[in-house]
Amino acid sequence: MPEPDQVAPVAIRARRRTLGVPGKLAVGWLLLVVIAALLAPVLPLDDPNDPVGSIARQGPGTDGHVLGGDGLGRDLFSRLVWGARASLLLSVSAVILGIVIGGFLGLVAGYFRGRFDTLFVGLFDVLLSFPQLILALTLVTVLATGEGVSSTRRMVVLVFALGVVSIPVLGRIARANTLTWSQREFVLAARAMGARHRSIMFGEVLPNVLPAMFSIALLGIAVVIVAEGGLSLLGVGVRLPTPSWGNIIAEGRSELRDAPHVVLAPTVAIFLTVLALNYLGDVVRSRLDVRESAL
Amino acid sequence: MRVVARRLVHLLVVLFFVTLFVALLTSMLPGDPVDAIAGFASEEQKEALREDLGLDDPVWTQYGRWIGDFVTGDLGGYYSVTGERPVMDRVSTALPVSLQLMVEAQLLALVFAVPLGVYSAYRAGSRFDRTASATLFGLLAIPNFALALVLAYYVGVELGWLPVSGYVAPNEDLLEHFRRMAMPAVSLAVGQIAVYMRLLRSDMIATLQEDFITMAKAKGIPPSHVLWRHALRPSSLTLLTVAGLNVGTLIGGAVIVEVIFSLPGMGLLLFEAINARQYIALQSLVAIIAVGYVLINFLVDVLYAVLDPRIRHARA
Repeated sequence: MPEPDQVAPVAIRARRRTLGVPGKLAVGWLLLVVIAALLAPVLPLDDPNDPVGSIARQGPGTDGHVLGGDGLGRDLFSRLVWGARASLLLSVSAVILGIVIGGFLGLVAGYFRGRFDTLFVGLFDVLLSFPQLILALTLVTVLATGEGVSSTRRMVVLVFALGVVSIPVLGRIARANTLTWSQREFVLAARAMGARHRSIMFGEVLPNVLPAMFSIALLGIAVVIVAEGGLSLLGVGVRLPTPSWGNIIAEGRSELRDAPHVVLAPTVAIFLTVLALNYLGDVVRSRLDVRESAL
Repeated sequence: MRVVARRLVHLLVVLFFVTLFVALLTSMLPGDPVDAIAGFASEEQKEALREDLGLDDPVWTQYGRWIGDFVTGDLGGYYSVTGERPVMDRVSTALPVSLQLMVEAQLLALVFAVPLGVYSAYRAGSRFDRTASATLFGLLAIPNFALALVLAYYVGVELGWLPVSGYVAPNEDLLEHFRRMAMPAVSLAVGQIAVYMRLLRSDMIATLQEDFITMAKAKGIPPSHVLWRHALRPSSLTLLTVAGLNVGTLIGGAVIVEVIFSLPGMGLLLFEAINARQYIALQSLVAIIAVGYVLINFLVDVLYAVLDPRIRHARA
């Protein structure tokens, strides 16, 4: 047992300019996913919704199908690429919604304080007092289930529901950062020069608040990708036949025994994407010194 | 006591808005709510149901009636062609199952996270610390449903070690209970281990720099005693708060894990209600979950204030 005076001091992390190997791998993987998702319509892929009986439940490598077929014999690799499209579209849109609305409310609350602050912080508290998945689940079920609901309406409601869930998280970060940045000399200087509130908020304060929000937004995208998976398993994710990573897993669940690769492939895709986003989020946060407790 | 009083006001405000949102869910249904709730019913039955639910009443009347029913345990019914069955019957058996699952998962997570966090903080920067941190960072990226499915396939189906579905009450057969709960609890606990360990580690590293630790070491108190008695205590308060907040994530995860392992808890009820479009049941289930979550966080806050002398004696 070493003596207590050998307790290592807090590791002061060197703020390196380069990303390092894991960081480059993370960026590489995310680029690959984004490019694949964007180019899905022009890539030489099989139709993700065209069942070929001979490859149903067949494992990777069957008849030139890289990942094999799913339960109905649709090319799994193609579904995975198209699924990336839906999963990314959903998660990025939802987080952008959270950034715009949460960011605006947080900025106003932190800049003007007083009544706005009480009101918006109260709103964030109320939104946070629902378990996130339950709130999203409830909104989607009430607004977009039933016979007449189109895939587009389901998608829009999913973006709205998951966006609502991310508003308080991003809003609190925006508010906390605005509170400190508004105290700075350059804000005082701008005010002394007679700048309007609007131009100080958006011109002086916002550019300083955005990087912190961005680091949380990276984590937010990861959370939304996972949440879509959860909602799909409960039957209220992206509506079939449009593939998403979540609903491929949900569909494959019933044939886990005969075709485990159908569940494993999108699971690995989600894992790598979430890992990459978490890692980059951590890197950005430690650079910017965003406190995790502010979450 | 003032801290508690202020928290109590906060609690009431939050409870009011949460229940208001839930109570008005049925009026958010697109189209005629009665068609959505009981589409199969005849016109007279629909009229009776509309009357019964009071959907034409003003908002505040609807809210008042809903909350009155809710606190007296009237959670509405499941509507089917054969009539109406009370939701309460199902909830009273489902709620204990979900609570057992969450408590067991939480305990499992803490049993692993606390020693790992304490030792990593003590040997910060060592190979052990770096390996543990990297492993847990990876575990953090595994969605609990993915882990549940992988466990169900390998441990349940391929190896056949544990049953993949069903529930046995602990007072019936304790061993069988744990055999059925093992995979669901592990699926939920793994992500939590990473969260708690990371938190405890960074918190304890800061605590170990404080003067009273140097003082304790100078007095010649053995390192393990300093670590577990002097340093862990203040850090465990932070852990408590985060454990309270994490219940939200845990609830979301439990819903999905219950569906995967067919555990007859609140999550499975919620799943059935969604698929059968039982909106009244959905409303009541969401209300119970949300109110429960708010109350747990209130209790954690109060407990925190009672346990931490710095807050207990603070005069604002």
